Amino acid sequence: MLTNEHIKQRLTEKFGEGVGNFEEPYGLLSFEAPKDLNLKVLNFLYDDEELKFRFLTDLCAVHYPDNTGKELAVVYHLHNMVDNIRLRFKVFTDIKTPDVYTATGLFSAANWMERETFDFYGVNFLGHPNLKRILNVDEMDYFPLRKEFPLEDQSRIDKDDEMFGRG
Amino acid sequence: MSEHHIKLPEGSIEKTTTTLNLGPTHPATHGVFQNILELDGERIVSSEQTVGYIHRAFEKLAERRPLYQITPLTDRLNYCSSPLNNMGWHLTCEKLLGIKTPKRVDYLRIIIMELARISDHLICNSIVGVDAGAYTGFLYVMQYRELIYEIYEEVCGSRLTTNIGRIGGFERNFNDIAFQKLEKFLAEYPAVLKEFENLFQRNRIFMERTQGTGAITAERALNYGFTGPNLRAAGVDYDVRIHTPYSSYEDFQFNIPVGTTGDNYDRWLVRGKEMWESLSIIKQAYQKVQEFKGAEAEVFHADVPEYFLPEKEDVYTKMEALIWHFKIIMGETKIPAGEVYHSIEAANGELGFYLISDGGRTPYRLHFRRPCFIYYQAYAELTKGGMLSDAIMTMSSLNLIAGEMDA
Repeated sequence: MLTNEHIKQRLTEKFGEGVGNFEEPYGLLSFEAPKDLNLKVLNFLYDDEELKFRFLTDLCAVHYPDNTGKELAVVYHLHNMVDNIRLRFKVFTDIKTPDVYTATGLFSAANWMERETFDFYGVNFLGHPNLKRILNVDEMDYFPLRKEFPLEDQSRIDKDDEMFGRG
Repeated sequence: MSEHHIKLPEGSIEKTTTTLNLGPTHPATHGVFQNILELDGERIVSSEQTVGYIHRAFEKLAERRPLYQITPLTDRLNYCSSPLNNMGWHLTCEKLLGIKTPKRVDYLRIIIMELARISDHLICNSIVGVDAGAYTGFLYVMQYRELIYEIYEEVCGSRLTTNIGRIGGFERNFNDIAFQKLEKFLAEYPAVLKEFENLFQRNRIFMERTQGTGAITAERALNYGFTGPNLRAAGVDYDVRIHTPYSSYEDFQFNIPVGTTGDNYDRWLVRGKEMWESLSIIKQAYQKVQEFKGAEAEVFHADVPEYFLPEKEDVYTKMEALIWHFKIIMGETKIPAGEVYHSIEAANGELGFYLISDGGRTPYRLHFRRPCFIYYQAYAELTKGGMLSDAIMTMSSLNLIAGEMDA
């Protein structure tokens, strides 16, 4: 039976210092790798006879504006359905050059998930066959889920309520 | 693209295909999304999908809302089975907050979740019939979806966008009318479902229309991230209820129906069989609920005053309840920092919630894994080379719900 400990061991054997920050929040193994290693790690997890992480459950991004040089995280949730074990894998990228290799070669499912991530966070997936906006309009020129676009503050007072029929 | 005036090289053959815009609003798509089809006669040469017409930025909205205010957003994902989404969200919050719910709550939740699954599959399967030209089944089963909605109504007061349950349990105990309606449903529905099946299952015309169309292999389905009935129709017995049981599903006996060919007919069959399994789960759960006696039979939420709203009567008469009421409503209760991924078996597959909390009053980031969004990208591959009329049925048998696709 595959355990988190064993997966961690296999990964460190293969990538040494390349992979790190192993954690197990709520029992789910979570780790990081540099962004140029993302495909190598995904391929290793996919191909390895023991690990067999061949199902991409989810792919999304997170924005940490204070994390200088590593503002955007791309998060992969992978599932090994044979041993029924999941893991979370993150790569961080600079927001000025948010280039990350695409996982579409490995998972067809990554196609739209990466388009969605590009649409909302502007992560540029290198090698993606059709990287364009998916949920927002094509003309949009910003990435709306980034933290610099806060939602309207509910307590603001500079708005004239009379104009909105609630005065 | 005629406005571009593409100059063709010498000796080129002019375009012989027809471009057809199916949608964004079209009676056969049952939702707002567009397909740009290239047709050679009635055969589809290629297609491109456009989604996002009802995108409402739930992930952004969620970043400014306390946890309990996000439940109504989840209603609007797969609106054919809102209670499943609600429960998935409550379970995610409970995982983050470390709340353990009493068994009776789990069983009541299972009753509601399985009713929602039935109502979702019922719509999907009967709509497949409508798209094949058989309206009768759809109208016939609709009264039982109505009965399911009445049960929701007794529990939470609403029907479609339910906002059912709370973090830690239910907003109120099930009343007698709810149980009476449930009994009525359990007594009458099997015969109706049997008759509904008789209308379609071995119907020559229906079989000819659905067999061999919109098929996908197990390997491709997994690669495309299929889950739920669509994956099981291709022959993979993956079900979150079995693989990572939540809400005490481990206490129940049920089968996972699987298909072999992954075509429209198998998807229809798998959903049909799942309704029988859901019925059996509801019966078991109802029996377990009835076994609780005395004070135990009154339990409908976990004892978590920080997250579960106190009774209105107590708010007016007791200091502590008043404080908790305000703290919860204003979103001032303490939320631990952490990252959690939780998924449930929703009607369309694995509905996942990836929640990052930084200890603030709202999530730092919330991502919904919407099964619909993920498997719709296979639609181009599923319909290529097929007839236009089969593509319509493939769309309905995949059970594409625009709300879940766009979030």
